[in-house]
Amino acid sequence: MMASVIDWIYLAAQLFLGFAMLAGCWRLFRGPRAQDRILALDSVYLSAMLLLVTFGMRSGTLIYFEIALVLGALSFVSTLALAKFVMRGEVIE
Amino acid sequence: MILLSRPIIWLSLIVLWLLLNGSVAPGQIILGMIVATFACWAALPVVPGKARVRNIGTVAALVLAVLVDVVKSNIAVLRLILSGRTARSAFVDIPLELTDENGLAVLACIVTATPGSAWVQHNSTRNVVTIHVLDTADVDAWAAEFRQTYERRLVEILQ
Amino acid sequence: MSAVPEWLQLVIALVVLTGAIVTFIGTVGLVRWASFYQRIHAPTLGSSLGAALILLASSLYSSFALGRPVLHEVLVLFFILVTTPVTLTLLARAALYRDRSEGSAEVPLPPETEPGTDR
Repeated sequence: MMASVIDWIYLAAQLFLGFAMLAGCWRLFRGPRAQDRILALDSVYLSAMLLLVTFGMRSGTLIYFEIALVLGALSFVSTLALAKFVMRGEVIE
Repeated sequence: MILLSRPIIWLSLIVLWLLLNGSVAPGQIILGMIVATFACWAALPVVPGKARVRNIGTVAALVLAVLVDVVKSNIAVLRLILSGRTARSAFVDIPLELTDENGLAVLACIVTATPGSAWVQHNSTRNVVTIHVLDTADVDAWAAEFRQTYERRLVEILQ
Repeated sequence: MSAVPEWLQLVIALVVLTGAIVTFIGTVGLVRWASFYQRIHAPTLGSSLGAALILLASSLYSSFALGRPVLHEVLVLFFILVTTPVTLTLLARAALYRDRSEGSAEVPLPPETEPGTDR
């Protein structure tokens, strides 16, 4: 009984994070400007990372955290590079 | 030794390495020291001037204030979104006393990490910062509270 | 896994759910708000309270399940807390730069009247 309640709670949490990713994707496709899309991408990355952490909690392995960490590093670097590109038109000056 | 002039960065890199590996075995500590030494050596040319912390007690007070404020403003923004009303956003110009560049970097991170406020630009000649505030009824009161909570403490810590 | 008492599992699951809801409501702001400078506040909900709740709950859960302190999640949380403000500040500056060069009425103070704007 208790175990199935806990399962449902995790499922709800994962659904909310999935909807968060969908909302980010909506903004990503809708725009209207490049900076909106970059911001949306950053937000999708963040939600995906948190979603991976909840998967990791259910599976009981630590591999998901490594993926989350890599995703975090990737999101940081890509957002910085994209913002720089939007500002100057080139990434490395 | 250039590396020994930055012991805190060096030590925190070792701690980071140990946390990543999830162990405190002697071999990992030695490996961490080697990695931290190389990382420090690579990073030194781009690290800005050294910050001098004068007041440890105020640091604790600042951290506590930030934690409380993050939770409070999270709740404020949640209520704003759930209520569905239009946000009263504004760009707020705030003249600063704080001139230390490390302090300004910390201030920018605090402001942006807190929901409901974002650091937009800083004018170094006039030392005025522009912050975008998501929802505020009274811009002047917001600026006064910002200076009281964060800037005064950072000035106390660094200058 | 079985080492975690059931009531604690329930509390942790509820904390995770709260974090997920906070993150989701933040992205609702991303969809709903009209101006870019308002939308830039949206991910900070997920990156502060949302991430803190989920990651600390996960850290607690793994620590109990494995019988030793698991601090990977604290590391991820620290990483998120440090990097998000940096990217968002840079993004705000990039947007401001673009809006100004197009003469948008929404943003304050064009750079010509503001010497020394550099951060």
